[in-house]
Amino acid sequence: MRIYHMTEQPYPDAWDKSTESLRVTLPNKYCDPEIAADLYHRFIDEWMLCDELGIHLFVNEHHSTATCLTACLSLTMAILARVTKRVRILGLGTPIANRSDPVRVAEEMAMIDVISRGRLDMGFVKGVPYEIVPANSKPVRMTERFWEAHDLIVKALSTRSGPFSWEGEHFHYRSVNIWPQPYQQPHPPVWVSSNSVPSIRAIAEHGAILGTVMMGYKVKDLFGEYRRVWHETNQKPLPLDRLCNCSFVAVGDTEGEGMRRGDEVMAYMRTNAIVADQFRNPPGYVSAGAQARMLKQTGKVGFQDHSLFDQNGKRICSFPEAKPKDAIAGGLLFAGNPDQVYQQIVQFYEAVGGFGHLQMMAQAGTMNHEDTTDSLRLFAKEVMPRLGEYAASRRIAAE
Amino acid sequence: MPETDLPVRSLTVSGMSAEVYELGSGPPLLFLHPHTGSDPRAAVLQHLARHWTVIAPSHPGFGRTELPAWMKTVDDLSYFYLDLMEMLDLRNVTLVGASLGGWIAAEIAVKSAERLSRLVLADPVGIRLGGPEATDIFDIFVAAQKDVDKRLYRDPKFALTDLSALSEEEAFIMFRSRESTALFGWSPYMHNPNLRHWLHRIRIPALVLHGENDGITSAEYARAFAAQMPSAKFQTIEESGHFPHIEEPARFAECILHFAKQSDSIAA
Repeated sequence: MRIYHMTEQPYPDAWDKSTESLRVTLPNKYCDPEIAADLYHRFIDEWMLCDELGIHLFVNEHHSTATCLTACLSLTMAILARVTKRVRILGLGTPIANRSDPVRVAEEMAMIDVISRGRLDMGFVKGVPYEIVPANSKPVRMTERFWEAHDLIVKALSTRSGPFSWEGEHFHYRSVNIWPQPYQQPHPPVWVSSNSVPSIRAIAEHGAILGTVMMGYKVKDLFGEYRRVWHETNQKPLPLDRLCNCSFVAVGDTEGEGMRRGDEVMAYMRTNAIVADQFRNPPGYVSAGAQARMLKQTGKVGFQDHSLFDQNGKRICSFPEAKPKDAIAGGLLFAGNPDQVYQQIVQFYEAVGGFGHLQMMAQAGTMNHEDTTDSLRLFAKEVMPRLGEYAASRRIAAE
Repeated sequence: MPETDLPVRSLTVSGMSAEVYELGSGPPLLFLHPHTGSDPRAAVLQHLARHWTVIAPSHPGFGRTELPAWMKTVDDLSYFYLDLMEMLDLRNVTLVGASLGGWIAAEIAVKSAERLSRLVLADPVGIRLGGPEATDIFDIFVAAQKDVDKRLYRDPKFALTDLSALSEEEAFIMFRSRESTALFGWSPYMHNPNLRHWLHRIRIPALVLHGENDGITSAEYARAFAAQMPSAKFQTIEESGHFPHIEEPARFAECILHFAKQSDSIAA
C-alpha cells in the first residue's frame, strides 16, 4: 500500500471573515502575504519531512478560497520535484476541463516529471462546482471537454515523432510538439478522481487510477463499480493499485493526543463547504435529468453537503456536523494512538475490499506544524511498517 | 379546451425535432422566448393571438426541442429560425423576441429580413457597449437567485420560488433552460461582440421595448441598442421588470399592435 500525505495549504486566519462564503467571493485583503509566505514555506517543509520518512506527496488545487492556498498545483509540485529526492509526487489534480490550454498542462507535467527524475503521478479532476466561476469555465459539456483534454495531454506526452495537429471539438492546435519528453515512458501514470458512481465507467475504461475524495465507507460503491467495469473485459482480479482512498489521519502518543489532533484536522469539514448557494450548482454541471430527480427525491438542488455513513450503511450525520468519533465511525478519520490508527485502517480496508493507495490528509484545518510533524513521524515509525506488512499479506492471500 | 390540451406541434426543422405552440389567426407573429423558456400558458400569447397567428417555438435546448451536440452559439439558433420560417413558408412576419429571444431575433434580422415585416425586441441582450469592467448585462450566473429574481421582476409574485411545486417534467425543463442558457451565453456573457457592428443592416421597422424597472439591462442599454438600427423606435413599459411580456402582457401586445399599424401606414 502506498501512503501519501496531503494538505490543501489552508489559510485558517481568514475563516472568521465570512459565514456565507469562504470561497469565490472572499476578498483577498484577508490574505496577508507575510502569513501566506510562512504557510507556504511550512507546508513545503512538511512535505520535505515526508520525503525523509518515506511518505509520498499529494498536492491538489483550489481557486479564490481561504481553504486552500494552492492555486496552481504545478507550481507546488515543481518546487517539490527539486527539494525532495525519494518519494513520488502526486498532483490530484489539475482541473483540465477548466484549463483552456491542455498542451500547456502536458508541458508542465513533462517538466515536473523530468526535474523529479520520474517521480510524478499525474492526476486530473473535474473539480467541485464552485471552481467554475473562478475558472470562468463553461459548466456545460464539461465531461466531454475533460476527456478530450485528457486524450490530448496523454498524446502530447507520448508522441516522440515531432509535431501533430489536433482539431477536436473543444481544443484546436496546429502543431503540438512538447519539450522535454517525460522521464517516465511513455508518460507518467494517470489518475482521475471522482466521487460519483456514474462517472466511474469512463475512468475504469481508460485504465486510470481512481482517486476518491473523503468518501468514508461509501467509497466501497465506487470501488465496486470500478471492479464491475474492469471485469467486463478482464479475467484477472483488479490490481489494487488502481484504487485509492483518501481520509484524515491524526496520530498521537496517546489516544487523547491523537483525538485532539483529529479534531484539529476536522476543522476542514466544518469550513470546506462554506460557499454561497449560487456557486454550488452552476448550470449544466449536473445534468438536467439528474437535477430534476434530485429535486423530487430530496427537495433540494445542487451540490449539497454529504452525509456520513457507518460500515453498515447507516447514516451518522452530515459532514460538517461530524465530531472525531463520528468521523472514525464513518471511515473518514483514522485517529488515536498508533495501535488504534493501525486497527482502524485495517478494519476499513477489509470493509471496503482493499485499495492500493492511502491518501492521508494529515494536515488540515488548524493543525499546527508541531502537531503535524509529530503525527507524521509517529505514523511513519509506528503505523506504516505494520500496514505495509499487513497489505502485502492480504495481497498474497487474495492471489 | 382543457388547459393541458395545448396546441403544440412537433416539427422537424434543420433536421431536428422542435416543439412549436401555435394559436390565433391573422398574419404570422414569431415569438422568441427568454432564457427562462417557453410558456404556452403565458397570457401574452393569448393577447397577441387576437391579431396574429402566433408561432411560439422552444429554442433548441429549451422545452422539448432537440439540441444537437454541434449547436453551441446564438448564431446557430438564428439559422435554425431562418430554416423554420422557410419551412413554414412564413411571409411578412412580425418577429418578437424577449431578452435572450431578442438577441436571437436581432441575429436573424441582420442575416436576412426577407421574410420579416417588422422586429420587436423587448429588453434584448446580445450586444456590449461599455468597457471591460462595465456591467451592461447583470450577471445571473454569479448572483443569489433571490437577487436575480428581484432584478428580473418588479412584482415578486412572478418569480418561481417554490421549486417543490414543480413536477419532475417541469423541473427537467427548468434545469434544461438554465443549462442551455449557459451553453449559449456563458462567455462572452450574453452577447456577441460583433453583433453591434452589424445591427445597421436591420432596416425594417424596429421597436425596442424596455421595462421601466428592469434590473438586468438599463434604459440606456436598450436605447443604445435601438440607436444602432436605422429605423428603430424606443418605448418604455411602466410597472414592469425585465420581462414586460410577463408582467404587462396586455400593454405589451398593445404596443406591438400600435407599432404594427404605424409601420403599415408608413409602408402604405
